[in-house]
Amino acid sequence: MLREVLWKDMLNMKINKNFIEIELGKLYAIWLREFKVFLREKSRIVASTFTPLLWLFVLGAGFGTIATNPSAISGTGQIASGGGPGIDYQKFIFPGIVSMSIIFSSVFFGSYIIWDRKFDFLKSVMVAPVSRTTIFIGKTFGGMTTSLMQAAILLVVGLFLGIHYTPFSIVLIVVIILFLSFALTSLGLAIGSYMESLEGFQLIVSFVVFPLYFLSGALFPLNNLPPWLSILTALDPATYAVDALRNTMVGITGKNPFVLDIGILLGYVIVLGTIGMLSFRRMKAV
Amino acid sequence: MISIKNLVKTYDSLTAIDNVNLDIYDNEVFGLLGPNGAGKTTLIHILATLIKPTTGSASVNGYDIVKESSKVRSSIGIVFQAPSSDDMLTGYENLKLHSLLYAVPIHAREKRINDVLELVGLTDRKNHQVKKYSGGMRRRLEIARGLLHKPKVMFLDEPTLGLDPNSREIMWKYIDRLVKDEKVTLILTTHYMEEADFLCNRIGIIDKGKIIALDSPSRLKESLGGEIIKIELKNKEESMKTFVESILKPYDFVHKVEVNDEENVVIVYVDNASRNLPTILKAIDNNVKSVDFRSPTLNDVFLKYTGRHIMAQQEDHAEGGFMERYAQYENK
Repeated sequence: MLREVLWKDMLNMKINKNFIEIELGKLYAIWLREFKVFLREKSRIVASTFTPLLWLFVLGAGFGTIATNPSAISGTGQIASGGGPGIDYQKFIFPGIVSMSIIFSSVFFGSYIIWDRKFDFLKSVMVAPVSRTTIFIGKTFGGMTTSLMQAAILLVVGLFLGIHYTPFSIVLIVVIILFLSFALTSLGLAIGSYMESLEGFQLIVSFVVFPLYFLSGALFPLNNLPPWLSILTALDPATYAVDALRNTMVGITGKNPFVLDIGILLGYVIVLGTIGMLSFRRMKAV
Repeated sequence: MISIKNLVKTYDSLTAIDNVNLDIYDNEVFGLLGPNGAGKTTLIHILATLIKPTTGSASVNGYDIVKESSKVRSSIGIVFQAPSSDDMLTGYENLKLHSLLYAVPIHAREKRINDVLELVGLTDRKNHQVKKYSGGMRRRLEIARGLLHKPKVMFLDEPTLGLDPNSREIMWKYIDRLVKDEKVTLILTTHYMEEADFLCNRIGIIDKGKIIALDSPSRLKESLGGEIIKIELKNKEESMKTFVESILKPYDFVHKVEVNDEENVVIVYVDNASRNLPTILKAIDNNVKSVDFRSPTLNDVFLKYTGRHIMAQQEDHAEGGFMERYAQYENK
C-alpha cells in the first residue's frame, strides 16, 4: 500500500517536468534573499570582520610575547615542537580566528530566524507552498555563503601573516569552512526555532557561541589539557575544524590526523543537520 | 469556495473558535467583523493552514485544510495584520521572491509582477527598499504579493489597521479595484464598521469565537427595524412616556417603541423616517423638546446581538523601518 503511494508520487514527479526546476527556484529564492540582506547590512559585515581582526592582532600580538618565549610560560611546547621555534603565536591562532568568525556568523545567522518571525517574514514564507525542508536548506545555504564570504576576507589577511595557500589547500579550506558553517547554522536554526522571543538571544551568545569558540582550541593547543577540559573540547564540533585548518594552513599536525577531523566534522554535519531539519519541521508557524 | 464545519480551536483553557459553521461563496466579498480578540485572525490562520483546528473541518477551494494543505496554500493569497515583506529588499525583489516561492511560470513572471505593481499603484516605487515605504504602501505591497499567483481566494487580515483615514480610503479604493479586476473571493477581517459596510457583500459578526449574525450589511441593519428616531420629551412625568408609546404603537410604519428609563427619551424604530417624522411629531403634539434621527449602523447590530459596542482597538502603527519596529517591539 505504502509502496504504491510512493511509486505514484514518484511517477507524478516524473510527469511534472518542471518539478525539480520549481523546487530549485524556491531554494534559490530563499538563498538569494539571505545573500542580498547580508550584502546590504553593511554594519553587520564591518562588525563581523572587525572583531576577528581585533582578536588576531591584539590578542595575537599580546599573547605572542609569552608564546614566543617558552621560558615565560609552560604548556606552549606544542607550538614550538610543531613549527620549530620560529612559528609565532599569531600564525598559530590564525586558523582558530577563522573558525571563530565561522562560529559567530553561522550560529547568529541561524538564530536570526527569531527576527524573521518577529517581523512576520517567516510567516509569509511558511504560508507559501514551500516545504519546511526547502526553507531549512535555503537558510543553511545562506548561512554557508555568508560564513564563506567573511572567512574569505580573513584568508586574504592571512597572506600578510605569511600563510601560504596552494590551490589544493584552498579547496580543503573551503570544504572545512562549509562543513563547519553548515553544522553550526543548523544548530542556530534549531535553537532559533524553539525560541519565541529575542530575550533568549543573549543566552545563545553566552551558552552556545562563546563555549563553542573557547573550547575549540582556537587559542591554545589541545595537548596536555586537564581531563575535564579535554572531554569538553572533544565534544565541540569546531575543535575538528580548527585542528584541520591548522593542519592545512600552517602545517601543524594537531591532535588528530586530518582525515579523522574531516570525518568527525562530517558526522556533525549529518547529526546537527538532521536535528535542525526536524526542529524546523515541528516549529509553529504562528 | 470555503466551507467550514463545526470548527473548534482551543488553547489550554481558552476557546478561540467555538463551533463555527460557515459557507463562503465564489466571488463574494465576505467580512468578518468583530472586536479585538474575537477570533477573526485565528479563523483566518486556520483557513490558511498555519494553525491546525482542534476539531471540525474546513475546505478552501475544494481542498481540505489539514489533508491537502499544500494545495490550499497554492490557491490562496494572504495579507497578514502586520506587513511581512522584507524591509531590506525592494518592492520588486519581494515580489520576485514570492513569485519563485509560488512557482509562477517563468514566462509570465515579469509581466505578472508589473501587473500587480500597477494594480496597487507602486510601479514608480518598485526599486525602493521597503523600509522607505509608508504604512499604506507597505500594505499595498502585501496585497500585490498576495495576488501574484492569481489565487482563487484572498484573505485580508485587518487591511487598514493603523492607517490614517486618508490612507484608509485609498486602500478601500484599491481593494474595490482588485475585486473587480482579479475576480477573487475576498475574505477580510476588520473591526471598523464603515469598512465592512463599504466593502462587503456579506458579513459575519464574530464575538468570542462564535458567528452570531450572518447576512448582507443592509439586511443586518434592516433587521433592527428601520431607522432610529430619538425623541426627547419636555414633560418629565413617567406617564408621559407610556402615553407617547401608546399613541405611536398603532401606526403601521412604527416597528418598535423603546422607553428609556433614565432620561425622558423615547426611541422609535420606523420605516422611512424622513417622510414619517412629521406625522409622529404631530401625533405627540407639543411635548417634544428635541428630535434626532439616523440610520442604524453595524455597531447597532453588534450592540443588539452582544449588548456591547465594538471597542476601539489600540492602533498599531506599522510605519517606519527596522529600527522603528524594533523600538515598538521593545515598548511591548
